[in-house]
Amino acid sequence: MLVIHINKVNKSFGNELILQSVSCHIERYTPTVILGPSGAGKSTLLRCINGLVEIDGGQVTVDNVALSRHPRKLREFRKSIGMIFQQFNLIQRISVLENVLCGRLAYTSTFQSLLTKFTNADYELACQYLDKVGLYEKRFQKAGQLSGGQQQRISIARALVQRPKVLLADEPVASLDPKTSQVVLDLLTKISEEEKISLVLTLHSVELALQYSKKIIGLNQGKIIAQYDTDKTNAAEIGSVYDQLEEVANL
Amino acid sequence: MKKDEFHLYTKINIETIKHQMAPRFRWYYIVLLIIVLVCFQQAGFSLTKLIRGLPEMANFIVNAFPPDFTRFNELALSILQTVEISIAGTFLAVFIALPIGIGASANFSPNPFVYRICRTLLNATRSVSEMIVALVFVTAVGLGPFSGLLALAVHSAGMLGKFYADAIENVSKGEIEAIKSTGATTCQVLKFAVLPQVLPEIITVILYRWEVNIRAATVLGMVGAGGIGFDLITSIRLFQYRESLAIVLLTLITVAIIDQINNQVRAKII
Repeated sequence: MLVIHINKVNKSFGNELILQSVSCHIERYTPTVILGPSGAGKSTLLRCINGLVEIDGGQVTVDNVALSRHPRKLREFRKSIGMIFQQFNLIQRISVLENVLCGRLAYTSTFQSLLTKFTNADYELACQYLDKVGLYEKRFQKAGQLSGGQQQRISIARALVQRPKVLLADEPVASLDPKTSQVVLDLLTKISEEEKISLVLTLHSVELALQYSKKIIGLNQGKIIAQYDTDKTNAAEIGSVYDQLEEVANL
Repeated sequence: MKKDEFHLYTKINIETIKHQMAPRFRWYYIVLLIIVLVCFQQAGFSLTKLIRGLPEMANFIVNAFPPDFTRFNELALSILQTVEISIAGTFLAVFIALPIGIGASANFSPNPFVYRICRTLLNATRSVSEMIVALVFVTAVGLGPFSGLLALAVHSAGMLGKFYADAIENVSKGEIEAIKSTGATTCQVLKFAVLPQVLPEIITVILYRWEVNIRAATVLGMVGAGGIGFDLITSIRLFQYRESLAIVLLTLITVAIIDQINNQVRAKII
């Protein structure tokens, strides 16, 4: 069963064509990795899915809802899509708990959130997920005081309190050391399996892609050039795909 | 590293480099000098006048001693009013500047038209001195501290709004993106991604603005907009130089105390 449809999506910044008529499907509960060299358009493709990047043409559908620019519809749309980032993007100067509560903003009216009013259920949910990522003890610390790995786990908690159906992860471990990367990716795949969340990641490392995905999508110069079932392929094949990607990049 | 391992690929002539770096005469130096000289002449600069005026100045200072504090209570009340004008004016400015500052930030302005209007508004209010704004308000709402308060608010709002706009533009994009991705509204993004990042700087600037406003408020009375300035100009016009000195001293002490408080608060924030 499919959860994300991307149909003939185009995107350019100025004169530069970033995505050229990209079409692909992502299956429900199937961790999918988008792989490709730097500048291939991986991050842009991911941001097209939740509308952080406005697409020039084509359609995006998530869980049978079409992406729209209408503010209220876009809010509803983003509510069901969590996102985590390479630089974690936590608000450094506020507490860990407040950071996680930000995941509940789409459920809170603008007026109430201006008074920093969240419901008891929101607090409960935030604490529950902080516990799940193992950082409940740090809840009153400023987010900026924590290590990179801890910050990424908190940003996972922030995405999870949205109760998302889809979780987008843009290079979630590119700023972390190898050991912490394993911890973060283990956590991501474990929780998304438990909570029935469809996970889409962009990664740099072929090795990690093989270890953590069920599907791999190869992207280069804004075009999808290969799609693989992870258990039917191997490092050599993916490696050759990477060679091939690099050749294309050199053209 | 041994000396002979050091190898240069091009020969360097120190004399040539020195020559190239030496200051060179430019024709526009002369033009600049002429402009400055003309300005001095047009402004009536005259050393002889200054020297001839020195005894008069000494006379003024001698006449001002000792300072006359007989009207201390009235003067203290006027100073208090000056401080009150500055606090109320700054406070009002903080809120007037908020919507304009957001509208004047490239990343949060609703559209280019609003952006242009807000920028123009900010530039206009900043470029007119608070004394002139005060004159306008005196004719509108009459003599008294209220017109001074409004003048400070309008002028400060220009400066604060410009600062808000720049601060909002410099906020890290990633954090805005992260809050947006949760489905937050623009107001929520401002509250949760922008405000925490800019708050310490904004508080510092507001305190600085308050300091500037205290100084401005001491002269607002000269155009009838309330505060100690009125007492000062009256005493000078009535040749009560001893009271003038008392007023200047009281003002100095008040401003010094408030500066001190400000510095302490600022040190705590940063």
